[in-house]
Amino acid sequence: MRYPFPVGKSDFIQGDEAIARAAILAGCRFYAGYPITPASEIFEAMALYMPLVDGVSIQMEDEIASIAAIIGASWAGAKAMTATSGPGFSLMQENLGYAVMTETPIVVVDVQRGGPSTGQPTLPAQGDIMQSIWGTHGDHMLIVLSPSTVQEAFDFTIRAFNLAEKYRTPVVLLTDAEIAHMRERVYIPKPEEIETIYRKLPQNEEEAKLPFGDPHGDGVPPMPIFGKGYRTYVTGLTHDEYGHPKTVDAEIHERLIKRIFRKILDHKDEIISREEFMLEDAEIAIVTTGIVSRSAVRAVKILREKGIKAGLLKLNTIWPFDFEYIEELAERVRKIYVPEMNLGQLYHLVKEGANGKAEVELIAKIGGEVHTPMEIVERVVG
Amino acid sequence: MYLKSAYEIRDKYLRKDMLPTIFCPGCGIGSVLQFTLRAIDDLGLNQDEIVWVSGIGCSSRVPGFVNFDGLHTTHGRALAFATGIKLTNPDLKIIAFMGDGDAAAIGGNHFIHAIRRNLDVTVILINNFTYGMTGGQVAPTALKGLRGTTAPYGQFENPFDIANLAVSAGANYVARWTVFNYLQGINSIKKALQKEGFTLVEFLSPCPISFGRRNRMKTAPELIRWYQKITVPLAKAKKMSEEELEGKIVIGEFADRDRPGLVREYQEYIKRAKKMMGWEQ
Ligand SMILES: Cc1ncc(C[n+]2csc(CCOP(=O)(O)OP(=O)(O)O)c2C)c(N)n1
Ligand code: SF4
Repeated sequence: MRYPFPVGKSDFIQGDEAIARAAILAGCRFYAGYPITPASEIFEAMALYMPLVDGVSIQMEDEIASIAAIIGASWAGAKAMTATSGPGFSLMQENLGYAVMTETPIVVVDVQRGGPSTGQPTLPAQGDIMQSIWGTHGDHMLIVLSPSTVQEAFDFTIRAFNLAEKYRTPVVLLTDAEIAHMRERVYIPKPEEIETIYRKLPQNEEEAKLPFGDPHGDGVPPMPIFGKGYRTYVTGLTHDEYGHPKTVDAEIHERLIKRIFRKILDHKDEIISREEFMLEDAEIAIVTTGIVSRSAVRAVKILREKGIKAGLLKLNTIWPFDFEYIEELAERVRKIYVPEMNLGQLYHLVKEGANGKAEVELIAKIGGEVHTPMEIVERVVG
Repeated sequence: MYLKSAYEIRDKYLRKDMLPTIFCPGCGIGSVLQFTLRAIDDLGLNQDEIVWVSGIGCSSRVPGFVNFDGLHTTHGRALAFATGIKLTNPDLKIIAFMGDGDAAAIGGNHFIHAIRRNLDVTVILINNFTYGMTGGQVAPTALKGLRGTTAPYGQFENPFDIANLAVSAGANYVARWTVFNYLQGINSIKKALQKEGFTLVEFLSPCPISFGRRNRMKTAPELIRWYQKITVPLAKAKKMSEEELEGKIVIGEFADRDRPGLVREYQEYIKRAKKMMGWEQ
């Protein structure tokens, strides 16, 4: 297979470009989008690459249509992605829920910018953390990943596709304008260097008849894609194992929704990824995600130089959230700081996880600038 | 045309385990479904190569009752989902079953853009002038003066003429019938299914329960008589003045052309891309 960009070597590229290249290498062959800063470059790169790899890139009439199209593409057998920013992500929420309910593997990239509303189109923010987890209505479960470098934007995109396919679920890649537009050196692997996963397909008629059942006991039903003669009916209404709508049966609703939770929560250990930095003996923990993690690394070093035993926990997966791990951490440290580029979203999750075992303090910053290391240091030193 | 018995059609194409349908007595959706299945049957199309898509509403429940691959999506968005299915697997033929509110109100934007792109899909549109599923609110097709629960004193807005909208947006095939024009209806669906690009067959369909009841037509026969009264065949309409056509709905075949469909355009686009990049000699 020929690729429209160099593989097996490093390149100096923007975060958005890295996401597009990773998607192509992960096997994405359908992209639908609607332009929005700071996510447009993902679309522009996909528009360049897709026809060359016999994939589809199409500009839809809006974001609602974009996510709808990728869900349709996924049921026709494609690995599919869309990318947007806050305002577009808000429009996608109804169909994001549809993807959860119909267990459709898709990847949705949200390049966060300052909000609410059209807010600050060109400036970074972390204001969509709660929206990415809880934006759609009803009880639901999905996966949210958050990179902090351009290399991670690349790596996590591949991971997003793999998780989506493995667990038949939408995965949100939550990044921000800073990473989107920053150029960094990124290693673009050869296809044989990366692991790519494709969804489980039914092995026989029996499995195909249960597109929403649990024939393997792992909570993830094989997905009978369209056109293979299985005659699958897919609906966003509450449905039984066969896909038949059963909208007033409490038991069936509970069984379906709980399985959708279970298939992800039972595999939490595989899905959740985090990095620890100088945390073993730390008395002060800093918990971050995304771009702020970079300032926090520096802050930890400065604090250590000052004789303060600080350490960093960087969350690569934001959802599902490891509340138990945070509680263990809270038992070990004196205080937890949560610097984030909003007025407190990750903070609430960390505080719940800490469960009163340590004091948790928010270091909020909005307006479009990433915290400087000194801003974090000064708050910790007091 | 040889007409098979309704039982044969039912047994061949409906999912027995999903019956009975949710449709009220006298509802026209069942008839239009039958027309569509007869058209498929007459053409001898492969059941495994057809995907039915729909949005939300009574009309949109149809894909659940037929034994085909089906995607019952969100309100108004069926054609956007269909775009992904069709471009991913062009071998699949797509039938979108939609209501008038679904297609022309919440889905209006997707509708005109799917037509503009000439998405390869056959839309079967149930126009009952109302939101049946939610209990009889006015639809964007409701003629002036018609009542709905959200216009209890009679509709004061202008209606959309969906068929004409589709013609101007560029659809390859557009026809409109009432549910009692069954032969024309079946023939139109057959034509639509054989064509590339966007094709639309709109049916004026009785909804006695949510619509008729509020407009002094409680039964399907009353509604059908009313449809007979307000519809004018295209040839006749051409000789009528604008005043004479006021409050009337023209039925017939409005467009029949062969512009390239989206799939073919995209395949050409891929070739162009590879050529421009020097990937193909
Ligand atoms: C986003 C959204 N808004 C509103 C609804 C409620 N709703 C369900 S069906 C429907 C209208 C259906 O009318 P129509 O499309 O004309 O189809 P019919 O039921 O008449 O066949 C509405 C508004 C919904 N399901 N989703
Ligand atoms: S409410 Fe109207 S459109 Fe819906 S099933 Fe009943 S008669 Fe048909």
